[in-house]
Amino acid sequence: MLLLAALPVMAGDLTPSFPKASGTCVEEPGEMRKHHHSFLKHQRDDTLRLGIRGAKHSLKDCVSCHAAKGADGKAIPVNAEGQFCQSCHAYAAVAPDCFTCHATVPDGAAKTAAR
Amino acid sequence: MTADTSRRDVLKAAAGVTLLAPGLTLIAAAPAEAGRAPGMPANASNRWGLLIDTTKCDSGCSACVDACKTEMALPSHGRPLTDAQYIRKVTVKDPKSGYTHSLPVMCQHCAKPPCVDVCPTGASMKRADGIVLVDRHICIGCRYCMMACPYKARSFAHEDQTGQAPHNPRGKGCVEACTLCAHRVDAGGRPACVEACAATGKAAMLFGDLGDPGSEISRRVAKEATTRIRADLGVDPAIRYQGI
Ligand code: HEC
Ligand code: HEC
Ligand code: HEC
Repeated sequence: MLLLAALPVMAGDLTPSFPKASGTCVEEPGEMRKHHHSFLKHQRDDTLRLGIRGAKHSLKDCVSCHAAKGADGKAIPVNAEGQFCQSCHAYAAVAPDCFTCHATVPDGAAKTAAR
Repeated sequence: MTADTSRRDVLKAAAGVTLLAPGLTLIAAAPAEAGRAPGMPANASNRWGLLIDTTKCDSGCSACVDACKTEMALPSHGRPLTDAQYIRKVTVKDPKSGYTHSLPVMCQHCAKPPCVDVCPTGASMKRADGIVLVDRHICIGCRYCMMACPYKARSFAHEDQTGQAPHNPRGKGCVEACTLCAHRVDAGGRPACVEACAATGKAAMLFGDLGDPGSEISRRVAKEATTRIRADLGVDPAIRYQGI
C-alpha cells in the first residue's frame, strides 16, 4: 500500500487509473484502499449466515456506486479492463473470484439498457 | 439483541392492533408487513414456511417454476438433467385408483436438515429463522448435500455463469437451491413462486411465519389437515401440503 501511494511520483501512467464514483464512499477512501477486502469478507458472513441486510459494506452497493456508465448509457462491469475493481487488482496482482458469482453491474442494468 | 427483539415484538404487536382496529382482515394486512430493520440479524422467533394446496395446483401450470427462473436468473443450457432448478413440478399418481395430481417441490427448509449434517465445510447452513441456504463462499462443490437431501432439492452449477441477478450470486462448482427468496423475505416480501401462483396460477401457495401463532399459515395449519412429504424421516420440513 505504501508503494501505491509513492508510485505516482515515479511511474506516472503505470499506476492504476479508474473512473471516479459520485457520492461519498462508505468509509474514508484511504481506509477503503487498505481494508476493503476485510470489510467485504466480514459483510458476506454477516449477510449470508446471520441474515443482516442493508449493511454498510454490501458488495451489491459497491457495484451500484462504482460501476461506471459507458457512452451508450449502459453500466460497464466493475471487473472489466480498466474499471474500478479490476485496475487496482491487476496492478497489485490479486485475483478475487467474487465476480464469477456476483453481478458486475447494478440491479436492473443487465436487462434494461439505459438507466 | 434481546432488547431489540423485544422492541420489535412490541412494534409488531402494536401494528397488529392498529391494523385490526379498523376491521381490516389479516390477509389484507399481510403484504404490508415491513422487512427486517437494516443491521438486524434473522430472528429465531420466525419460522418461515409454505402451505401448498395441491388440489388447486394445475398440472399444466408452471407459473411458480417460471417465476423462480426469472427471479433467480437461472438460465437453461438445454440439459434438463443438470440445469439449475430451485423448484420443480412433480406429478404423483395413486397406482390403485389412478388418481393423478401435480405439486411443486422445492427445498423443504427442514428444521433438521440432512444437507447441513453431511456438509464437510459448514457451507450448508440453516439461518436462525429456519431458512436453509448454501454459503457458496465456502462451498467446495463436493455434492454430499445433494445426495443427502431426501427431496432432490439441490442443483449444481456445472458451467461458468454470466448475467446473474445481484441478489442471487451463483457460479460454477457450487451447489445451490431454493432460498425461500430470503432476499425478498428479509425485505418483508414473499417468495416469487408464491406471488406468481397468486397472480397467474391458481393461488395454491401460502407463505408465512409458522413461528407466529397469529399468522394465517399458523392458523390454517392448526385447524386444517396438512401433510409433509416423507414426514417419517423426521427432518421437520417447513413446507406443508394439502391434498396429497
Ligand atoms: C460461488 C459463488 C460466490 C462467490 C465466488 C462469491 N460470493 Fe458472495 N455471495 C454469494 C451468495 C449466494 C450470496 C448471498 C446473496 C444474498 O442472499 O443476497 C453472497 C453474498 C455476499 C455478500 C452479502 C450481499 C451483498 O451484496 O452485500 C457479500 C458482501 C459478499 N457475498 C462478498 C463476496 C466477496 C468479497 C467475494 C469474493 C472474495 C464473494 N462474495 C464471492 C455467492 C458468492
Ligand atoms: C455511495 C457510493 C459508494 C459506495 C456504496 C461505495 N463507494 Fe467506494 N467510493 C465512492 C467514492 C465517491 C469514492 C471516491 C472518493 C474520493 O476519491 O475522494 C470511493 C472510493 C473508494 C476507494 C478508494 C479509491 C481510490 O481512489 O483509491 C475504494 C478502494 C472503494 N471506494 C471501494 C469501495 C468498496 C469495496 C465498496 C463496497 C463495500 C464501496 N467502495 C462502496 C463511492 C462509493
Ligand atoms: C485502490 C485500489 C483498489 C481498488 C479500487 C479495489 N481494490 Fe480490492 N484490493 C486492492 C489491493 C491492493 C488488494 C490486495 C490487498 C492485500 O492482499 O493485502 C485487494 C484485495 C481485494 C480482495 C481480497 C482478495 C484476496 O485474494 O484476498 C477483495 C475481495 C477485493 N479486493 C475486492 C474489491 C472490490 C469488490 C473492488 C471494487 C468495488 C475493489 N476490490 C477495488 C486494491 C483495490
